[in-house]
Amino acid sequence: MSGIPHDHYEPKTGLEKWLHRRLPVVSLIYDTLMIPTPKNLNWMWIWGVILFFALVLQLVTGIILAMHYVPHVDMAFASVEHIMRNVNAGHMMRYLHSNGASLFFIAVYLHIFRGLYYGSYKSPREVTWIIGMLIYLAMMATAFMGYVLPWGQMSFWGATVITGLFGAIPWIGEPIQTWLLGGPAVGNATLNRFFSLHYLLPFVILGLSIVHVWAFHATGNNNPAGVEVRRESKEVAKKDAVSFWPYFVIKDLFALGVILIVFFAVVGFMPNYLGHPDNYVPADPLVTPAHIVPEWYFLPFYAILRAFTADVWVVMLADWLTFGIVDAKFFGVIAMFGSILVMVFLPWLDTSSVRSGRYRPMFKWAFWLFALNFVVLTWAGAMPAEGVYTVIALIGSTYWFAYFLIILPVLGVIEKPLPLPATIEEDFNAHYGDAGAGSAVKATPAE
Amino acid sequence: MLKKLTISAIAALSLGTGGALAAEGGGHVTNFQFPFEGPFGKYDQAQLQRGLQVFTELCSACHGIPRVPFRSLADPGGPSLSEEAMIQYTEQWEIFDPELEDWRTAKPTDHFPEGTDAQAPDLSLMAKARAGFHGPGGTGLNQLLNGMGGPEYIASYLLAFTDEWKEEAGSVYYENPVFSTGWSAMAPVLYGEDVEYADGAPNDRVSIAKDVSAFLMWTAEPKMMARKQAGFISVIFLTVLTVLLYLTNKRLWAPIKGRKKS
Repeated sequence: MSGIPHDHYEPKTGLEKWLHRRLPVVSLIYDTLMIPTPKNLNWMWIWGVILFFALVLQLVTGIILAMHYVPHVDMAFASVEHIMRNVNAGHMMRYLHSNGASLFFIAVYLHIFRGLYYGSYKSPREVTWIIGMLIYLAMMATAFMGYVLPWGQMSFWGATVITGLFGAIPWIGEPIQTWLLGGPAVGNATLNRFFSLHYLLPFVILGLSIVHVWAFHATGNNNPAGVEVRRESKEVAKKDAVSFWPYFVIKDLFALGVILIVFFAVVGFMPNYLGHPDNYVPADPLVTPAHIVPEWYFLPFYAILRAFTADVWVVMLADWLTFGIVDAKFFGVIAMFGSILVMVFLPWLDTSSVRSGRYRPMFKWAFWLFALNFVVLTWAGAMPAEGVYTVIALIGSTYWFAYFLIILPVLGVIEKPLPLPATIEEDFNAHYGDAGAGSAVKATPAE
Repeated sequence: MLKKLTISAIAALSLGTGGALAAEGGGHVTNFQFPFEGPFGKYDQAQLQRGLQVFTELCSACHGIPRVPFRSLADPGGPSLSEEAMIQYTEQWEIFDPELEDWRTAKPTDHFPEGTDAQAPDLSLMAKARAGFHGPGGTGLNQLLNGMGGPEYIASYLLAFTDEWKEEAGSVYYENPVFSTGWSAMAPVLYGEDVEYADGAPNDRVSIAKDVSAFLMWTAEPKMMARKQAGFISVIFLTVLTVLLYLTNKRLWAPIKGRKKS
C-alpha cells in the first residue's frame, strides 16, 4: 500500500496461505498497521487516533440511544427523558454521546490546525486533505441534525434558523427549504428525516475516513520537518521511519488515555457545561428563545454568517451589482459556506514550496493570528449580533478570507524560508541523541 | 505548538457556552452553597425530603413535576424514602386516569400530575433549564467554576420578590428582578416558617428556598450520584491505564530516541 519500502506480510502456516490466496485480509491489516511512519512525529499527530475513537464512541452510544429514542414531535423530548431516568445507564449513554460530539470537534479542529501549520495539505497529499474536508462537512451536518433530535427549544429554533439559510438563496431558496424540511416549517417530517440522516451520515463518515487513511498511506505521513521519508531502500527508510505498530499505536493510546481522563471528568462532573439550558425546555413553535445560538463548534461560522450586515460596503456593492439579488442575508450565507469551501482549495492557494510552518518565519505570524482569530470568532458567535460584536466578527471574517486568498498566495512569493533539514533523521537527531551511533540507552528487558 | 493549541482549545471550549446565555435572567443570582456541588458533592437525603415537603405543601398548588414517577422517591441517590413511606406518600395524591376517565388514588408507577395552573410551568427539569451564572465577558468561566447555576437561580428567584405589583391586560404581575422580564405572574410565596419540618431543621425563607431548589435539582437530574460515581471510577481507572501506557511508551521509544539533548 505504501510507497515507502518496508517488510510485507508473508503467510507462514498452511491456514494463512490458504486464506491469503482467497482473501488477503491479514495482509491488508498487517501492511496498514506496519506502515513506516516518520519517527519525528510530535504530539500534534495524535488527533487522528483520537478522532477514530470519537467516531466509534459516537456510533456505539448512538446506536444504543436509537433503541430507546422516538423520533416524533410529541414523544422525542419525553423519550430522551425516559433514557435519562429509566434506561439502564441511559444517562451515561446520553451524556457520553452529547459530550462526545464536543470531543469529536475539539479533536477535528486541532487535527485541521496541525495540518494547516505543517502544510499537510500540500502535494502530494491534496486528496487526503480534500477528503478530510468532506468528512468535516459530514460531521457538521451530522452534529447539527443530532442536536435537533432531543426536540428542545434550541433544537427547534436552531433547525429553523439553519434551514432558513437555504431560504435566503434567490428564487430556488424557498422550494429547497420546504424540500429539506418536508413541509412549510420545522415539524414532524423534519424530525423524522433528521433522525434518519443522523443515523446514516456517521457511516458515510466511517467510509470517508477509511479513504482518508488509504490516501495518506499511499503518500506516507507528513511530519513536523515537512521533508519526505527517503525511499531508496528499506534500510534507508528505516533511518527516517519506524513502523506504526507498536511505536505510534502505544504513543497514541497514551495520548488517548490523557484525553479520556479529561473527557470522563467532564461527562461525570459537568455534563451540561457545553450544552444550552434552553434545550431542557420542550420545543415550542410559539415561543422564540431570547438568543438562538448553535453549539460551540459552529460559533466561528455563525459569527461569519452574521458579520455581513446590510451596512457593510462589500454587501452594498454586491447588492448594487446584482440588482438586489445578493442581499445581506444571502451574502452572509455565501460567506459562511465560502469560508469552508475556500479551505478545499487550500493546496493550490498556498504557493510556498516549503511544507512545514516551522521553517517559514512570516507564515508563523499569519498562522498564529489565524488561530487567535478562530477563537475570537468563536467568542463573537456566542455574543448577540449587535454593536461592537458585529464589527469584531466582520474584522475576523475578513481576516479568515484574507488568510486563504491573499496572505498564503503572496507569502509563497515574498517569504524567504529558513534552511530545511536534509532528512527526517537529521531533524530527529537534532532533538534526541543519535541512538544508532552508540550513545543509545538500550531498553532492558522487564525485571 | 501543542501547548499553544491546547490552550486555544480550552479557551474556545470555555468561550463556547458562556456568552450565549447572557440574556437570560436579568437580576443577580446569589451563589448559594448546595451539598451536591462539585465532583465530590452528594445530595443531602434529608434536604431532598424537606424539599419534597415544600413542593407538596406549597409549589404543587399550581406547579407539576410530571416527568417524575412516584416510585423514584424510593430510588437510591435521591430522597430515598422507604418503600412504605413512598407508597404512603403516593396515596395522598389523586390523579386523572384516562382509561377510567376518572380520578383515582395514585400508584407508585404513576407520575406526579401536571400543574393545576396552565400558566405555571412544569418544574421537572427547571433546575437544568435555567442558568444562574454567566460570563464574565462571554468566557463561560463562571459556569466552569460554579456550575450552571440552575438551583441557585430558583432559590434566588423565590427570594427576589419586591413588594411591587402591577396589573396589565387583566393579569397581575409581581416585580422580581431575577426573572427574565422583571415581572412574574407568580405571586411571592415564601415569608418564613411557611412549612413545619419534622426534623426541626430551620424553616426561614432562605432555608426553605434552598431545600426546594435542591429537591428540584434532584427531579431534573435523578441520576447525578450514579453519574459522579461512574465519573470517578472512569477517571481512576483511566489514570492507572495512562500511567502504564506512559511507561510502556517510554521504554518502547528509548532505543530509538537515545538520550535527549538538553
